[in-house]
This record gives sequence, structure tokens and C-alpha cells, in this order.
Amino acid sequence: MSVFKDAGHLFRFAGLFVLAFIVFLVVRHFVVPPSFGQYGHYRAAAIAEIASRPVKFAGHDTCEACHSDVADKKSKGKHAHVNCEACHGAQAKHASADDPSTVKPVLPDTTVLCARCHTASAAKPKDFPQVVPADHSNGMPCDTCHQPHNPSMDAAAADVPAKPVGGAK
Amino acid sequence: MNINRRQMLILLPAAAIAWKSVLAGTPQDSPNYKMSDHWWGMLIDIPKCIGCGNCVRACSNENAVPKGYFRTWVERYQVEEGRENPRVDSPNGAIDGFPANTNPNLKSFFVPKLCNHCADSPCVQVCPVGATFVSPDGVVMVDDSYCLGCRYCVQACPYGCRYLHPEKNTVDKCTLCYHRITKGLTTACCENCPTGARKLVDFKDPKDPVHEFLRQNNVQVLKPQMATKAKVYYKDLDGSVR
Repeated sequence: MSVFKDAGHLFRFAGLFVLAFIVFLVVRHFVVPPSFGQYGHYRAAAIAEIASRPVKFAGHDTCEACHSDVADKKSKGKHAHVNCEACHGAQAKHASADDPSTVKPVLPDTTVLCARCHTASAAKPKDFPQVVPADHSNGMPCDTCHQPHNPSMDAAAADVPAKPVGGAK
Repeated sequence: MNINRRQMLILLPAAAIAWKSVLAGTPQDSPNYKMSDHWWGMLIDIPKCIGCGNCVRACSNENAVPKGYFRTWVERYQVEEGRENPRVDSPNGAIDGFPANTNPNLKSFFVPKLCNHCADSPCVQVCPVGATFVSPDGVVMVDDSYCLGCRYCVQACPYGCRYLHPEKNTVDKCTLCYHRITKGLTTACCENCPTGARKLVDFKDPKDPVHEFLRQNNVQVLKPQMATKAKVYYKDLDGSVR
């Protein structure tokens, strides 16, 4: 017993360490969120929080569920692969309204809208249809001649289903 | 699955309510989404990009990105004769597109950029508090309740994809529209790309056209020497792009 005879101060010190460790564990239990470390060194609940942010673009499948006539017309023309909201803007509010007609989308101004894609530029792919708007239409809105959903001139003139893309003229 | 009439009548309104909240964007869970079934990435078809800036506008709107900051942006490269390095411009992130080229005879093309959602990401490695992470489905995200705003990750990102949100004072970045892809929608930028130059892909889906695309085309990631395992693949990327 002579080994521990004068070791009282060491035991008190060790006791202090044990107490501090217990306090640390208790604090840690309350401070660290329960999902921390579930998948890695981060709070797993953050994933669900980010996933629950609001959606603003409803997606073309939602649009086409009601507007199948437009989808039909569009599928026959050169704009078949352009999704609805690329021109009409975010429409989740319109799509989810009890009566969609109360949240009317604003019709885009074709003078601005069409030029964004079709203004001539050397950086654009060579086979992409490009015009210098001032020379091409003299400032007239594009929808004077072209129907945006099927922009071929044949379709606009006769309002009949257009020829297949790339078909003989 | 066999459902009798009574079960169907119970299920229908429940499904209708769930779908409505998806559309309305009200916070809700995505009960049918399993993280372990996905590994997200993106394909960018450079020859198809027309530099219209639709992706930038859509992203800003969908994610309420503060003015002057960008989660995605488009760069225009102009390789001139007699110059060693290309001239690169991106006026206001190309949110209003680009002015016409000054010299039509030069080699010029557009490069859309966004977070590369690296599998081995430098931004995640430097975060001192575990606020940024790669989710089990391969999306790099920021937990803004944990972020201190120390900006280590902003400096670490080799692609310049992160910024400090001026109001929240936490780091903000592309989430690959995680709130959309977990509900079966595509990202806002892909949804609104008029030429299909950007495509959201799932590497874990054996039916995804990405596998065929990677086999058939000349693809590259940005800065492969950084060994970040970037998951945004560019088709026909010019050697001058950094």
C-alpha cells in the first residue's frame, strides 16, 4: 500500500478528468444532431431539407397532360425538342392552381424571345438556323409569319400538319 | 399488385394530394426515392450549345440565386489567329445571352459550366465543420445551418463553382436541383435547354443513355489532372478550355 501512500492528489486529479469527460459526453449528446454521421461526416437530415425546397418549373410532362393539342402541334415541327417552360417560363403555380385559368401565364414577346436563340453568331453551330433580326424581319414580331409551336412557313401558311423535318420541299 | 376497389378509392385522393404538393412546391418528402439507387451526373454536348442563356435564367429562377451570382453560367471561347490563348467572355454569366461575335472568322464555341459534382471533391475535403458533403447519390451539397462561411471550399474548388451568399453569409452552390431530381423531374437547366445540350444522367441506371453516349462519343471532364472524379462530361471539348 506504500505505493499509493502519498498519491491522494493524483486520484483527485484523475477524478477531475473523469468528471470532465462525462460532462463532455453529456454536452456532446445534446449539441451534435442525431443524424450527424449517418452517411459520413455531415448532418444527414440536411439532404432531406434540401430535397424539400419548392419546385418552380413544373416540367413538360405536366404541361402536356392538359395541353396535348399544343404538344401534338409542336411534335410535328422543328421545335419538338424545346420544352414548354423554355419559352413560357416557370409554370408550377399555374399547374398546381385549383383553377389553372386564374394563374394565367404571360405570353412571351416573340421579338425578344426568338432572337435570344436565333440571332446570328459565329459561335453557334453552323446547322442551327440563325438570322440577323433587323435584316430578316425589319423589327416585326416573329409570330407575324411564324407560329412558334411549329415555325415552318408551310405550317403557318396553311395551318396543316407540317412536312416531316428534313423532308423534300 | 392487386388493388380492390376500396383500396383504389383510398389511394387515389392520397396520390392526388401528394402530386399537388409536388407541383405547388410545398415542402414534402419524396417517399419513393432511394438514394442508393442513383449516382447523378450530367452530359454537356458542346456542339449543340447555342449560348442562349436559358439554363442560367432557369437556374436563377428555380433556386432564387442572388443577382450577380451564378450556380451555372456559359462561357464563350474565341480562339483567334496568332494568339496562343483563347479569349473567354461570359457577360453577366450569359444570363442575357451573348453579343454578336466581333470577328466571324475565328474559332468560337460555348461552354456551359456548373458544379462538376466530383466524387472525390476538394471542397468537401477542406470543410472544417462537415457542412459540405457528397450525398450517397453523388450530389455535392451544402448544409447551410452548419456552414460557418469561412470560404475554404470557395478557394478549394478548381472550377470556381461556389460563392458566398450575400444575405445568408453561408456558401451556396449548384445542388443539381436536388429538390427536383428526387421527385422524378430533371434539373431546371436541362428542362429549359432548347437544344438538348445538357442532360441529367444517372450512372447507376443501366437503361440510361449515358452509357451508350460515353462509348460512342469523344468525352472529357474539366481539369482531369486534378483527379477530382468530376461527373460532368463534355462532348467534343476543345483543348483550349481550362
